[in-house]
Amino acid sequence: MTTPLLQVKNLTVDYIGDTSDFRAVDDVSFDVAHGETFGLAGESGCGKSTIAFAISRLHKPPALIRSGEILLEGRDVLDLNPVELRDFRWREVAMVFQSAMNSLNPVLRIQEQFYDVLRTHQKMNRAQARERTAEMLRLVDIPPDRMKDYPHQFSGGMRQRIVIAICLALNPKIVVMDEPTTALDVVVQREILQRINELRRTFGFSVLFITHDLGLMVQFCDRIGIMLAGKLVEQNTAENIYGDPQHDYTKKLWASFPSLHGEPATERAPT
Amino acid sequence: MNAPETPILELDRVSKSFGTAPFKVNAAQSVSFELYAGRTLALVGESGSGKTTCARLVMREYTPSEGQLLFKGKPVATDNAKALARYRRSVQMIFQDPFSSLNPAHTIDYHLRRPLQLHRRDLRGKQIDAAIEELLTRVKLDPKIVAHKHPHELSGGQRQRVNIARTLAVGAEVIVADEPTSMLDVSVRLGVLNLLNEMKRDMKLALLYITHDIATARYVAEDIVVMYAGQIVEWGNVNKVIDNPQHPYTRLLLSAVPDPEMPFDDPKAQLKSTDVEDIRRLSAVPQDRIVAIETDHFIRQVASSRAA
Repeated sequence: MTTPLLQVKNLTVDYIGDTSDFRAVDDVSFDVAHGETFGLAGESGCGKSTIAFAISRLHKPPALIRSGEILLEGRDVLDLNPVELRDFRWREVAMVFQSAMNSLNPVLRIQEQFYDVLRTHQKMNRAQARERTAEMLRLVDIPPDRMKDYPHQFSGGMRQRIVIAICLALNPKIVVMDEPTTALDVVVQREILQRINELRRTFGFSVLFITHDLGLMVQFCDRIGIMLAGKLVEQNTAENIYGDPQHDYTKKLWASFPSLHGEPATERAPT
Repeated sequence: MNAPETPILELDRVSKSFGTAPFKVNAAQSVSFELYAGRTLALVGESGSGKTTCARLVMREYTPSEGQLLFKGKPVATDNAKALARYRRSVQMIFQDPFSSLNPAHTIDYHLRRPLQLHRRDLRGKQIDAAIEELLTRVKLDPKIVAHKHPHELSGGQRQRVNIARTLAVGAEVIVADEPTSMLDVSVRLGVLNLLNEMKRDMKLALLYITHDIATARYVAEDIVVMYAGQIVEWGNVNKVIDNPQHPYTRLLLSAVPDPEMPFDDPKAQLKSTDVEDIRRLSAVPQDRIVAIETDHFIRQVASSRAA
């Protein structure tokens, strides 16, 4: 058996408080294989975003990683020095945030924002960067001639696709997506996720996908982990999480989604 | 829509546009729908489709550019402040964001006491206390625990319940709920929806439920209106519209709803972006012809096209 791309082992993260600490992530372990889409589902405050931040070492005080390892191809991310970390981010782990469409710089043209990344990480000159930008924009169905436009000239869905294109520009090994489409309409959401799925098949990167929408997650992911209050309470293939949930909390989560097909949700989930 | 009785609120070919040509935006174009006591109408569509404009028209925050609002059969006064205040007593709104819709400086008790003092002049002293207690109990909050707290001490779901209690405090007959659960955690959403369902049933409220989540629309509503680009494209009985969508945009919307039984790798689940563009383009032009699919299911389409 080959080693998984990403291994999270016994990760524990605390938020340091004045009087007591809050354990946001409690002894969580999971693997993400090459080319796999792994989903983390749970309610707000369950620690799923904290894990996402920890993986790219973007967590800031008061968050503190108490113990555990995050291994990317066997290398512990937590041991990287600042220089290594700069190389590691984006080139190996890229991140798409919930409000990613607002993370574009409003006063720079799209091509400048690509150039910034490509120059820093791959020492590209302007002409090379333009070529790469055109290629990336085509991948996400945006006409390459629009690279001269500013972010406000694009719709929310387009901006989100541009962010994804920038993320993929360096061929990262894994893309961490924290609620990437929550702010978008269902149609746009579907278009974007479908495209990510195709790109994943083509380029073979892995995805760590975080959302609270279980139905969407089952559609999009190969395997899913369910989080509750910092603990990973269930981990299984998407079919089994949907068809044969084991943990009570997973069952309750399912019960809290009314189905489109009419059978009403009956049980009330815990508050 | 299948009318069990006379509507409590009716929008009659209401249009609202912003700006002037060439920058004119038609946010709502000839929108008509009716709200009935004890029934919920779900208004669904993507952002920018005109849902919130409709909500604001119903609230009379906007004056219609064309058409009129009828409340219990009578046109809603546009220029009479007193009449408008009376109207707003009957038509209340629940906002999307439970975190910004309560004043952080005041207790929950205050939030309910004020509307009672203003709108229920018949109540005195202890009666107001009793009314507050009753309101909180009705929305399933414990008055002893909650009444003296400030909003920041409550969860999102609890705050949304306070908002619901506040609409009931003034004796609202029509409640406009604009995405009331989209900012709540998934596990408390159903509780708030169940509460709205209960209010509607027990207090004979007319509910306008605005959402982009069609599954919850089916859960709470009897009737549904699908909007796109400021126009109503399809409307009718909620089950009929969802099970048998006829307008291309409704079909697109329904096909994009997350469905755990359809993994993305399933070819049937694939949504072609060229199709999406076509549907969007064709649905954005004026749809002037109304076609009845059934007695309680209608679509609008371009005047020249054939029935689907």
